Amino acid sequence: MAGNKGRGRAAYTFNIEAVGFSRGDKLPDVVLKPPPLFPDTDYKPVPLKTGESEDYVLALKQELRETVKRMPYFVETPEEKQDIERYSKRYMKVYKEEWIPDWRRLPRELMPRKKCKKGAKSKKAEDAGKGPSLTNPVDVLKKIEELEKKGEGEKSDEENEEKEGGKEKSKEGDDDEEDDAAEQEEYDEEEQEEENDYINSYFEDGDDFGADSDDNMDEATY
Amino acid sequence: MTQAEIKLCSLLLQEHFGEIVEKIGVHLIRTGSQPLRVIAHDTGTSLDQVKKALCVLIQHNLVIYQVHKRGVVEYEAQCNRVLRMLRYPRYIYTAKTLYSDTGELIVEELLLNGKMTMSAVVKKVADRLTETMEDGKTMDYAEVSNTFVRLVDTHFVQRCPLVPATENSDTGPPPPAPTLVINEKDMYLVPKLSLIGKGKRRRSSDEDATGEPKAKRPKQSTDNKEPIPDDGIYWQANLDRFHQHFRDQAIVSAVANRMDQTSSEIVRTMLRMSEVTTPSGAPFTQPLSSNEIFRSLPVGYNISKQVLDQYLTLLADDPVSFFFSFFCYLHKALGSLATATLESVVQERFGSRCARIFRLVLQKKHLEQKQVEDFAMIPAKEAKDMLYKMLSENFISLQEIPKTPDHAPSRTFYLYTVNILSAARMLLHRCYKSVANLIERRQFETKENKRLLEKSQRVEAIIASMQATGAEEAQLQEIEEMITAPERQQLETLKRNVNKLDACEIQVDETIFLLESYIESTMKRQ
Repeated sequence: MAGNKGRGRAAYTFNIEAVGFSRGDKLPDVVLKPPPLFPDTDYKPVPLKTGESEDYVLALKQELRETVKRMPYFVETPEEKQDIERYSKRYMKVYKEEWIPDWRRLPRELMPRKKCKKGAKSKKAEDAGKGPSLTNPVDVLKKIEELEKKGEGEKSDEENEEKEGGKEKSKEGDDDEEDDAAEQEEYDEEEQEEENDYINSYFEDGDDFGADSDDNMDEATY
Repeated sequence: MTQAEIKLCSLLLQEHFGEIVEKIGVHLIRTGSQPLRVIAHDTGTSLDQVKKALCVLIQHNLVIYQVHKRGVVEYEAQCNRVLRMLRYPRYIYTAKTLYSDTGELIVEELLLNGKMTMSAVVKKVADRLTETMEDGKTMDYAEVSNTFVRLVDTHFVQRCPLVPATENSDTGPPPPAPTLVINEKDMYLVPKLSLIGKGKRRRSSDEDATGEPKAKRPKQSTDNKEPIPDDGIYWQANLDRFHQHFRDQAIVSAVANRMDQTSSEIVRTMLRMSEVTTPSGAPFTQPLSSNEIFRSLPVGYNISKQVLDQYLTLLADDPVSFFFSFFCYLHKALGSLATATLESVVQERFGSRCARIFRLVLQKKHLEQKQVEDFAMIPAKEAKDMLYKMLSENFISLQEIPKTPDHAPSRTFYLYTVNILSAARMLLHRCYKSVANLIERRQFETKENKRLLEKSQRVEAIIASMQATGAEEAQLQEIEEMITAPERQQLETLKRNVNKLDACEIQVDETIFLLESYIESTMKRQ
């Protein structure tokens, strides 16, 4: 209504004086780029508080930061395998306490699946049937599948007994089986490819055992 | 959750628990409640790692789980709780001021471990205290237990929800996840334990010296031969109670600034008396009679009853005050504190004139542009400039009041007003962003100088081990010279910068606390 563009002349719909420009003033330039990343500030920031308590809290904070790194809750990212395994790495592992959560308070699905039983079974079966060291991977896979079926048979019986969760749970269970089996297949293949005469079950005890035996080996070769 | 909050959560999780836990945690914060398999699938991490990460997060009360129908368990992250990790040093320091070193260590252990049983806490704290004591002295468990009980009595430590006792586990299969319950009354019930023992000192042969092989050290045997008497009863730090304490502190210091020491002491007494009786979300404390206050004043203050009455009337009559006849209107108190924060931010960013305008608009609620210029006594052009600057930063907002139904701009009133709640939210968001920036910058600085830091650490370790084995002065000198003078300078600068950044984080967190409390209190009232 008031504020029609009168015959080609530009007129503003509001009182331009209210905004701060008088008639005929040059309007400020249109800004064509984003504001600078670090704009200059007219006013310096207020200095930080200093004092005994502030210093103490600061020290606490820094100590806390160091401490959390050493706690068992700090989950290290598993490093990718390096091409050359450094000897020194074995001796620089930081000692960390194991933390075992209270399983009564957590959902059951969070418990790590017991793979050791299955692993031992399948490994022993392979050792028994291992004449030449390079057995056919196909045979190995077949053996694993047989064992899997046996294992699955047992497990699926258990699951049918469970009343709740019916289909979904058994599906989850099956998926788990497959995951485990798949992982184990890969693991077993790697084992097979390692051409050595040592029976794998020897080194199940862990790194310490392996380290000791290496040392002995060095000295024994005269 | 805003982007700034998510970023800050991500940085905090990464610093405390590593990258895997961070990935899972941030994913849960972003997407809400999800079951285990979906998490593993969406984040592309292996099931084992997801399980481990979830265990850690649940232990620290950062993630909760719920059993849905058909046995599916869903996990949900608590973003607010993650942000609290920034405040851990302040909680620990508060415990120290109230309950000295023992209290400090108890709270520290609880915060570091999420939840613990009382016996575990007492044992660990006693061991740690014994380390710092002189040779031959040990810390008795009883003393630590006493401090623990005191912390529970004042509600700084509370019980975690319990697993309900399984009635009959043979009817039907056990549920996929326990449902944890907690009774209001039981939250501060300390089990009767007789913890007898003394703290143990770590043997010097066990102490870590870098460079020595640690992998061969035998794992510490868990001496859990005897059954733990309070098995299953876990305790956690009660963060709300700490917040209440911070709030009281802020109010007391505000009163001290405005009036004098005595009135702040009176206020402190009032607040302390209603500490345990006021539920955490209440807008005002319980009303108290002046007699009660008089009796509860600390011993050193010999003021007569009449003087006390005078002070109380003074506190109540003050227009800016938040006291109305003997109870403290907490919501208003928080509002005042938040407003004061806003004012000071405006002052520091835009100058004192802007602050004057801001306070003016705050006081008069709604003002037109012309009125602003008149009241503030600032030339028109400058006033406009400042108003628009504040408007663009969202400290001030514009309210339109049309004269005609068609909202024509030339016939509408435009009033400037300050909406405290939205301004507070905006400022809070900015605070989160600043803390995230501070942490990133600190990490950047540390990464830049990583090589140098490692070198200096190695040198220190070598010097320490040489001193332990008794080396000559000349040898030590030689080792120290391994770090050249400019390198030393660089280290100094790095240390100073990191300290400064850390101090900034702590102080921004104080502002965050004030703003969060205000916003929470306002939301509760609506």
